[in-house]
Amino acid sequence: MFGERVERREDLRLLTGGGRYTDDFEHDAAQAAFVRSEHAHARVLDVDVTGALEVDGVLGVYTHEDLTGGFAAPLPLLVPHEGIVRPRTQYALAAEEVCYAGETIVMVVATDRYVAEDAAGRIRVSYEPLEAIVDLARAADAGATVAHAGAPDNIAGRVSEEKGDVDGALANAPHVFEWRFEIERSASTPMEGRAVVARYDERDGMLMVYDSTQAPTGIRGGLAALFGVDLERVQVLAPDVGGGFGVKVMQFYPEEVLIPWAARRLGTPVKWTEDRREHFIGSNHERKQIHHVRVGCDDDGRILAFETRFVHDSGAYCPYGLIVPVITSAQLPGPYKLENYRYEFRAVYTNTVSTSPYRGAGRPQGAFVMERTLDRLARELALDPVDVRRRNLIQPDEFPYEVGVTFQDGGPTVYDSGDYPRGLELLLDAVGYAGFAAERERAAAEGRRLGLGLGCYVEGTGIGPYEGAAINVMGDGTVTVAIGLSTQGQAHETVFAQIAADELGVDVERVQVSTGDTRRIGYGVGTFASRSAGVAGNAVKRAARSVRHQAQEFAARLLEAAVDDIELADGAARVKGSPQSAIPLGRLALVANPLRYAYGAEATEAAVFARKAYSSGEAPLHEDATPGLNAVEYYSPRSGVFGFGMHAAIVEIDPDTCNLLVRRYVIVHDCGRVINPLVVDGQVQGGFAQGLGGAFFERIVYDDTGQIQNASFMDFLIPYATEVPAPELHHTETPSPSNELGVKGVGEAGAIAVPAVIANAVADALERPIDSMPLSPLQLFDMLHPDGNGR
Amino acid sequence: MKPAPFAYHRPRTREEVDGLLAEFGGEAKILAGGQSLIPILNMRLAAPAHVIDINGLADELVEPALLGGTVTIGPLVRHAAAEGSQLTATALPLLAQALAYVAHPAIRSRGTVVGSIAHADPAAELPAAFAALEGEARVRSARGSRSIAAPDLFVSHLETSLEEDEWIEEVRLPVQGVRGSAVEEFARRHGDYALCGVVALAEPRAGSRIVLALAYIGMGPAPVRLELPELTASDVAGDALEDAVRTLAHEQLEPEDDIHASARYRRWLAERLGVRAARRAAGALEKH
Repeated sequence: MFGERVERREDLRLLTGGGRYTDDFEHDAAQAAFVRSEHAHARVLDVDVTGALEVDGVLGVYTHEDLTGGFAAPLPLLVPHEGIVRPRTQYALAAEEVCYAGETIVMVVATDRYVAEDAAGRIRVSYEPLEAIVDLARAADAGATVAHAGAPDNIAGRVSEEKGDVDGALANAPHVFEWRFEIERSASTPMEGRAVVARYDERDGMLMVYDSTQAPTGIRGGLAALFGVDLERVQVLAPDVGGGFGVKVMQFYPEEVLIPWAARRLGTPVKWTEDRREHFIGSNHERKQIHHVRVGCDDDGRILAFETRFVHDSGAYCPYGLIVPVITSAQLPGPYKLENYRYEFRAVYTNTVSTSPYRGAGRPQGAFVMERTLDRLARELALDPVDVRRRNLIQPDEFPYEVGVTFQDGGPTVYDSGDYPRGLELLLDAVGYAGFAAERERAAAEGRRLGLGLGCYVEGTGIGPYEGAAINVMGDGTVTVAIGLSTQGQAHETVFAQIAADELGVDVERVQVSTGDTRRIGYGVGTFASRSAGVAGNAVKRAARSVRHQAQEFAARLLEAAVDDIELADGAARVKGSPQSAIPLGRLALVANPLRYAYGAEATEAAVFARKAYSSGEAPLHEDATPGLNAVEYYSPRSGVFGFGMHAAIVEIDPDTCNLLVRRYVIVHDCGRVINPLVVDGQVQGGFAQGLGGAFFERIVYDDTGQIQNASFMDFLIPYATEVPAPELHHTETPSPSNELGVKGVGEAGAIAVPAVIANAVADALERPIDSMPLSPLQLFDMLHPDGNGR
Repeated sequence: MKPAPFAYHRPRTREEVDGLLAEFGGEAKILAGGQSLIPILNMRLAAPAHVIDINGLADELVEPALLGGTVTIGPLVRHAAAEGSQLTATALPLLAQALAYVAHPAIRSRGTVVGSIAHADPAAELPAAFAALEGEARVRSARGSRSIAAPDLFVSHLETSLEEDEWIEEVRLPVQGVRGSAVEEFARRHGDYALCGVVALAEPRAGSRIVLALAYIGMGPAPVRLELPELTASDVAGDALEDAVRTLAHEQLEPEDDIHASARYRRWLAERLGVRAARRAAGALEKH
């Protein structure tokens, strides 16, 4: 099945309303609502909850004063980094100071959400407003207004690294250019917001949590530590999750500790389901960075040195460490050879929602900076931008290729495999690059402005530390596969079934995949960083192989044949070349579990088998054997694996409306060996749609006082299907030598290059630099009609 | 996003609605399609003490009806029903053209024509179409009935000239006849509120001359019907139309800045879309 276009097995369920989401659990639970800071920066002087306590149906009203121990402490910093100079995370409920509009101050629990909101509306918070700093560039200046009272400045962390000798190379470069590039704040905004439901059973001390998270195992471990109970006493299920795109891999949001806390305190199940406004003001954002670039090159456009100094908007806190700017720094070089490369960034606090990875995670910024630099450089030197790229690409014989800076996991950034020149030439053919100049001229003669833009990227995927898979063969021949990471629509039920089906010789329909349930497998890391196929995929492969070995060994005993002569095919174990010897896998699993007092013919067979073993002086189970057919195996990669892609767009600007019309969009994509081309196409198309959102539609707009101006889907513009043209997809397959399956990740790929490509295409159409993204019709209008004469 | 508590009423007759409004007036809101009211309630932007759900009214027409030379649209005619009606297609092509721009099918299947006009959102298509067609609203209360012509109905953003105890029981639109029509708008996304929109009506006059009327969407606190000077067909094809629309856009419209568009950009759109719509409306005339 590996490599086949198997239809997504989850779609019928998900598309016909059969999905089961966090809010679908515990219908009778009490519900929580929050009072959130109205101010971007203020001291909380007093919280008067008396009005709320008078509302019928209110079960509890809680402020920071009600919290004790770990619950009263700041929330954890998930990804530590030596570059963090002043770590700050928020309290689950604000203690004294609020640092962004939306920060949680009071939790109300009531019989239902209506009552909880009524009560929350009656709580009076007295603030002493403090000056807010919102603008990233100003926040980074010395002497800027500080986002946290009493702090010396707004620097959360700073990191720099250098490969080669940048200053030396710049000093000797025939051409040196300096440019500034900026990319705006955006957010994941999945269809399903966050949601948490908790039930605490005091008789056995068990805490059961349903959480719309990308990392249920992490939530479980954290809650166990926070509550001071054994891991076995906490179980977390991430059921169907209606989209994540990174925002749900943050651990912990305030609600994720407060809802379980309230469930234990009140002795009743408690639920919180985020509404859309809460999502905009209370769930993490990403993307905002301002880059300064100095680049030195020769007359042919070969880059001799590249330096980027940039600031990253951390928002009010840094719960996710420095991971986004770290990824930008490591992945900005993309498929290009930078012998002398230096980056230096500062992560900066502002009085806005905190940031953490959103699909692409720092890479769209890097690709935008690199690809705009190449186009600007080509224009300055009157070179073909394609030739400039060709001259700078890493060649196929240079792998493994050392980028020379540190990867996000702390190891060196080493590309495992790739063939970038081939991808570029394929793209140029597909988009008809050679004939475009003539097309552009013909259009210009008709008064139409056409532009073509290119962009390439490399994406580090499949990072560790590990994932596991538990595989079990049921009596009816069904194979269950449980993996620890959760699913937000990535077709895990299909692709992991394909891997197991191949190894066990069963039809893919016989494989049932369970994800995100710590009751099924307690160890795992999470769905992020395009890592599920690469890491969990290889774990499934290993676990399936262990089960295959068990089946072969047990069938060999039953059939009195050599282990090597047993093959698994058509749902059965059989002696090679004699199909009549076949034992169905389900029957094999039952017989391999020789217990007593069971129903069914296989039980008798198992008992007979056990007696026979004893009579010949053997134990029913051999050394190292498990009863039945089942195995748990893990895979821990040594480093990431690197997919890549090349995109091209042909755009036109409507002269009447100044709207951007994407005439064609062509994608060449490589994610190593493809498990399921249909799923990969879907991921790339979905990524492209989100990338186009980041290029022309989506941006979080704050005013100077730190209030979001577009905290709704009416004003935060996610493109509809009507705004997203169908991209033309081409795939190459460069297997990864680093893992058994040869696969690389694909989840984020489609989104990375799009802002860069659209920027280059618009720059080409308008013949002017585009150094800030995303664009909008308003910006295009202002560029086309800068004269202030009212026209 | 749950509404504050309110009392819910479900009258069966128009008279019962009158009675409820007479009693609760300013503390009541009428619920018809709910496509604007429900989000407003859920976001607690409004917290009326009483919600009067008119979806239970008996014997109401569910499609537009022709009475004399006028198309009458009752309070429970959904956008989708009006859009799909044969009567609309033949007697009021402009209404069908405008309805196609109203949000998405799911919203059009619930939202009502009368509700949209009563809501008086200047960014919505139907108030502009109503103004362009010189419709009238039949308004009633326990005190009696009256008609309000389009120019007198819209006072400002989300504000009509209705008294607190009044409601719109019907909207009446004169049939379009020989007049050509067109709608142009530009929205960031298909179905969104437009950054600028315009509905155009072209009326033939003696001597192959044309009178064009434009009503703009989202270009001021209320939709206004604006007439261009009489033009010839060649004027419409050339600079004369451009000049006339430009003058109108600069002198008569009051667009505002928001995060999606500046007033200056909106004025530009008004000019370009106005010219497009006018030419298409005049073009439709030639086919007669």
